[in-house]
Amino acid sequence: MTPPSSTQPAPIRIIDTGIANTASVSAAFGRLGLAASLCESPDEVREAAAVVLPGVGSFGAGIGRLRELGLVDAIKERIEADRATLCVCLGLQLLGETSEESPGAVGLGVAPVAATHFPPGARTPQFGWNLVTPGAGFSLAEPGYAYFANTYRLTELPVGWAGATSDHAGPFVASMRKGNVLACQFHPELSGPWGLGLLASWARECAGLEARVPATGRAEAC
Amino acid sequence: MLTRRVIPCLDVRDGRVVKGVRFGNLRDSGDPVELAAAYEAQGADELVVLDVSATPEGRGTAVETLRAVRGAISIPITIGGGIRRREDAERMLANGADKVGVNTAAVDRPEILAELAERVGVQCVVLAVDAARRPASPSSSAEAQSGGGWEVVTRSGTTRTGLDAIEWMRRGQELGAGEILLTSWDRDGTRDGYDLALLEAASNAIERPVIASGGANSPEHMAEALTHGADAVLAASIFHEGEWTVAGIKEELARAGVPVRRLEGAL
Repeated sequence: MTPPSSTQPAPIRIIDTGIANTASVSAAFGRLGLAASLCESPDEVREAAAVVLPGVGSFGAGIGRLRELGLVDAIKERIEADRATLCVCLGLQLLGETSEESPGAVGLGVAPVAATHFPPGARTPQFGWNLVTPGAGFSLAEPGYAYFANTYRLTELPVGWAGATSDHAGPFVASMRKGNVLACQFHPELSGPWGLGLLASWARECAGLEARVPATGRAEAC
Repeated sequence: MLTRRVIPCLDVRDGRVVKGVRFGNLRDSGDPVELAAAYEAQGADELVVLDVSATPEGRGTAVETLRAVRGAISIPITIGGGIRRREDAERMLANGADKVGVNTAAVDRPEILAELAERVGVQCVVLAVDAARRPASPSSSAEAQSGGGWEVVTRSGTTRTGLDAIEWMRRGQELGAGEILLTSWDRDGTRDGYDLALLEAASNAIERPVIASGGANSPEHMAEALTHGADAVLAASIFHEGEWTVAGIKEELARAGVPVRRLEGAL
C-alpha cells in the first residue's frame, strides 16, 4: 500500500506517443496511489513492471509513431511474454492488423482482427458513456458504464481472448483480455469510479501492484 | 446503448469559477476543484472548463486550474478559451485536458481545425459555436420561429461575423471537428430554455454529436433539448447555484425516458 519512493523508477510506464491524453492516464493512476511516468524508449518498454499504450488520433498516425520510436518489437515482445500491458482506445485497435480508418497501415498484428467504422446511422464519433457487459471469463470488472470516444471498433473477439461488449448500432468489443494484457476500447482513466476500479483490478491481478481506492470512489449502478 | 450526457460548465477566471449573463456581468461562483469533484460525485458525464480570462497571465492561471481539476476527477475534460494555435492545444492536452474547444480562432482561420485533427485526432477537437438569431424579416411571419437563421458571433458575443451558423458547423465537420458545442447567444444565462429550433437545425445538418448550451433552467429544458437533436446538454448556473444537482437532473431525465448514466448513492 506504500507508494514507491521517488528513487525507484515508476512501476507503470505510459508510452508517450505525443498524441494522447497521457496526463489523464497518469492522473488516474495517481488517484489510485500508483506512480506512473512517461516513457518512449524500447528498453523502458521491455523492463517496466506495467506498460500503458494510450491512444488518441488515427490508426495510421498511431502505428507510425510507434514505428518512429522503434517500439513495435518491444511492445509485441511484452505481449507475447504475457507481461502486464494495458492498451487504451486506439491502443486496442492497434493490437489488430488493419483499420478502415487508415487503409494500407499495418497494426501490431498481435490479434487477427480488423477495426471497422460504426454502421451508417450511428452518430460518430461515439462520444459518451455506454454500458459495458463482461462476457465469459472477463473477471476484472462488473457491468458498468464507461466513457467512449471512437469512430472505429472491433466487432469480433479474437480467439483466446475474454471480452466485454457494448452496443452502438450493434454489438462491439468494449474490452478484451488475455492473461496480463488488457485492452479497452473505452477510456478507463475517464470512466469515473468504475474505470478506476478496473485500473486497480488490472494493476493488482496483472502487475501485482496494490492500489488505494480513492475516498470519493463509489460503486457504479448498472 | 449510448447514454445522453449531462455536462456542467465551469467558466474560470483567475482561478475562480465565474458566471455571467449573455457573456457579461461575471460573478463569482466558487472554487473550480471543489465544484468539479462535487459534480463528478453527482454523476456528471464530462466537464467543460472555459477560460474566460482575457490576459496572458490569465491563460497561465487557467493551465494551473486545469491541472488541479485533472488531479481531482476521472471524467473527461474539455478545455476552451484562448486556443489559437496547435501548440496551445497540445499544452492543454499535456496538462490534463482530453478535448480542446476552439471558437474564435477557428472562425478567424478555419484551417486550425484540420491542423488539430491531423495532429491529435478528431476525437479531441470540439468546435464551439456561438450562434445568435438573425432578426426575422418583418414581411414574413412564417420565419418568426427561426428568424433568418442564425449567425456566428465571436469574441464573447461582441463581433457578428455574418457567417451562417449551420453552414459553419457543416464546414467545421468537414475540416475535422469531432463534436460541436453549440451555444445560443440569445439564451445564454437567461434560463429561458435551450434554443430548440437551433438544435434541430444543427443536428439535421451535421453527423457529429451536438452539445446544447445556453438557457438551461430545469430538467424539462434538458429533456426538450435531448429530444430535439442534442446528444448532450451543458449548463452552468443551475448547478453552481445549487438549485439542481447532476444526480437530481438525471433522475428527472430518466423519468422522462432519456437514457442516462446514474451513480449509485449520488445525490
